[in-house]
Amino acid sequence: MDALLSVAGLRKSYGPVEVLKGIDFSVKAGEKIALIGPSGSGKSTCLRCMNFLETPTAGEIRLDGERIGMRDGRLMSDRQLAPQRAEMGMVFQLFNLWPHLSVAENVAIAVRKVRGLPAKEARDLALEMLAKVHMAHRANASPLELSGGQQQRVAIARALAQKPKLMLFDEPTSALDPELVREVLTVIEELADEGRTMLLVTHEIAFARDVADRVMFLDGGVIVEEGPASAVINTPREERTRSFLKQIRH
Amino acid sequence: MPDFSTFRLILEGLLTGLSVTVIVALAALVIGLVLGFGLCLLREFTRIRTVHFTIDAYVELLRNIPALTHLFILYFGLASLGLRLSSITAAIVGLGLIGAAVTCDIFRAGFRSLPKGQIEAALAVGLRPGQTIVSILTPQAMRIALPGLSNYAVQLVKDTSVVSAIAAPEIMFFARSMVTSSFQTTLIYATAAGLYLLLSLPLMQGVRVLENHYGKLKA
Repeated sequence: MDALLSVAGLRKSYGPVEVLKGIDFSVKAGEKIALIGPSGSGKSTCLRCMNFLETPTAGEIRLDGERIGMRDGRLMSDRQLAPQRAEMGMVFQLFNLWPHLSVAENVAIAVRKVRGLPAKEARDLALEMLAKVHMAHRANASPLELSGGQQQRVAIARALAQKPKLMLFDEPTSALDPELVREVLTVIEELADEGRTMLLVTHEIAFARDVADRVMFLDGGVIVEEGPASAVINTPREERTRSFLKQIRH
Repeated sequence: MPDFSTFRLILEGLLTGLSVTVIVALAALVIGLVLGFGLCLLREFTRIRTVHFTIDAYVELLRNIPALTHLFILYFGLASLGLRLSSITAAIVGLGLIGAAVTCDIFRAGFRSLPKGQIEAALAVGLRPGQTIVSILTPQAMRIALPGLSNYAVQLVKDTSVVSAIAAPEIMFFARSMVTSSFQTTLIYATAAGLYLLLSLPLMQGVRVLENHYGKLKA
């Protein structure tokens, strides 16, 4: 089967500093891939290149065969990128809910403005997505009244409402208090069980092993090791992977 | 000791100026807000260097030269070049253009205080840049700009008094002309002060209501 997402020769530099030094991988439909690695390894940058929140310096990204971010050899503008970005749902470390809108409206606004659904249907869909993340009872609340874990679940509902082909998670639990991590991981697990395609940057190694089909270990801007989740995490082949996992385990 | 009928005459005289004060303040406010917001959008959301430079120069020139100087240029300066503006038009245009420079900075501070994640989340769900500015960024920036804008509005009501210098027939214009003919200096200026308070205090109060309303949503 063809890959849903394919990444080839991805490079990203900030001035003289090269953060990504040639990344290649592909994701089949329904696959869940965890990106792990020390901070500064480039894993978040890599994820943010998928929907061009970071513009890659070189390389090619294709979703369902369609080249992302480039058309006729030229970089696409944010305006041109909008329909492509809508195909990917993104969940941020800091939730990034819009505080001036209600919880339901946070989920519904893009459904109306991007997919063009009428207000009533958009709201129904928003409520359905909120139910999926167990937040339907707070539909009319302001995001500012919610805990971090609740905010992140609403952010997940917002991404789901796009009906994305691919879900991108950028350290979704790193900003949460420890007791709130579980509720978010549970929701992500439930989505994984639905057979969604996911690319997940995380520090939760045990979670990555349980949920992901494959794990990629990034260090110094390259993929050092990749393979089935349990193999990479339980019996890493590379010394750099071993020492990273050892450090993170206590 | 001035009797009550003197006071009534004074009040009637000043009230003639009140409407001009209100018209000049309101019209200048509208120009200042609309133009200032437009300049702010161009400054924040375009990447054209000459546009940035032009707006920066405009803001600095208008903010760092006294209002009176600008008004004299518009009223007397343009007249000597053959373009005669009425004193009220010159007052509205002058205060409006200065206001745009002031509000441009206030709006910009509002947009700049928003975390980058707000834009990123909007782009990530597939909103276009225009939709992001209208639906996501502007409502939030407005709330942050509100206290600054209300200070500006109250300042503007008071600043309308300088336009008496180009003979726009507002409150202080009538006050001064009555003083020269009647010498009731204290009573006339105190009445004028009272009128300005009557304009500014309700404005302040209205703004407080707005701030409380939006403040609640902001937590």
